[in-house]
Amino acid sequence: MSERKPDGFVDITDVVCPITFVKTKVALEELEKGQILQIKLNEGEPIQNVPRSLKNEKHKIINLENNNDGTYTIEVIKEGLAED
Amino acid sequence: MNFTNAQLERYSRHIILEDIGVKGQEKLLNGKVLIIGTGGLGAPAALYLGAAGIGTIGLVDGDTVDLSNLQRQVIHSSQDVGKAKVISGKESINAINEDVNVITYQERATADNIKDIIRDQDYDFILDGTDNFPVKFLINDACVMLKKPFSHAGIIRFQGQTMTYVPGKGPCYRCIFKNPPPPDVVPTCQQAGVLGVMGGVIGTIQATEAIKYITDVGNLLTGYLLTYDAKKLEFRKVKLAGDKNCAVCGENPTIKKLIDYEIAACSIADSKKIG
Repeated sequence: MSERKPDGFVDITDVVCPITFVKTKVALEELEKGQILQIKLNEGEPIQNVPRSLKNEKHKIINLENNNDGTYTIEVIKEGLAED
Repeated sequence: MNFTNAQLERYSRHIILEDIGVKGQEKLLNGKVLIIGTGGLGAPAALYLGAAGIGTIGLVDGDTVDLSNLQRQVIHSSQDVGKAKVISGKESINAINEDVNVITYQERATADNIKDIIRDQDYDFILDGTDNFPVKFLINDACVMLKKPFSHAGIIRFQGQTMTYVPGKGPCYRCIFKNPPPPDVVPTCQQAGVLGVMGGVIGTIQATEAIKYITDVGNLLTGYLLTYDAKKLEFRKVKLAGDKNCAVCGENPTIKKLIDYEIAACSIADSKKIG
């Protein structure tokens, strides 16, 4: 993953939409702008939708890793101003 | 504050809104709204504000639930007939959401008690859900004097209107309407009738204003009067100017003490019977 250590972590593999994004937002609230949140999420609907919702709220995805066990790990900079 | 998993789920549709989010929901849970009158307007407003997770809701009403209320006052049920409206209202709100601390004031708002009621919990926002002009002016004057924002509204027959007052941000109710009409010149909804759904439309707009004020989202209905004609299904938003000579909020206010205007005799008699 990135050379910077994440400042926070949230596992949203135990919940479904929309609680996936709700828990992600709660975890982001704990961080300052510019800090990195690491998120573990399921393949399928969560990996389709959570990154898109994060981008809509101006957070920047900097890493995406397939854990090859049905889950992904992504890293996002709080309000890093999304761009693609 | 820490949300429980149940709260995250309950408020998830708020939290995923970019303009509300976790912080906005926290503001709602810390918010305090006073609803004066739990009738046609106050009933839907109280239900939605309770569901939204407003942490403290005050209910002011001296009446008991009457069978004739149930056509529009959706917070009360058939089994509540005869029960104090504030108690019935509290039970309905808490049946939806136990997070809400409902404070009940089982009395009619008057010049003697209204300031104490508003100060009791230092309410953030006040909703006028009353059905008569004297109390509407009383609520306006008390809110101007205590520098509290409030939502005015009225409904009759197929028509409704609402405006929002925020201290220093636009006209008050008295800037526009000056004085109550003489008793009995204007019918109350007890005499004129009202389509039950009118309170749902207008009361829900009042609740929306309370939520927007507390979360600081969007633009409030300050400086405007919104009118609704259900027969034509027409909304009009009329721009209003403040009156620097207003007797209560103007540059040299002449009203410095609250006034209990005379309530139309029939309206008191009716309210004893009809509620």
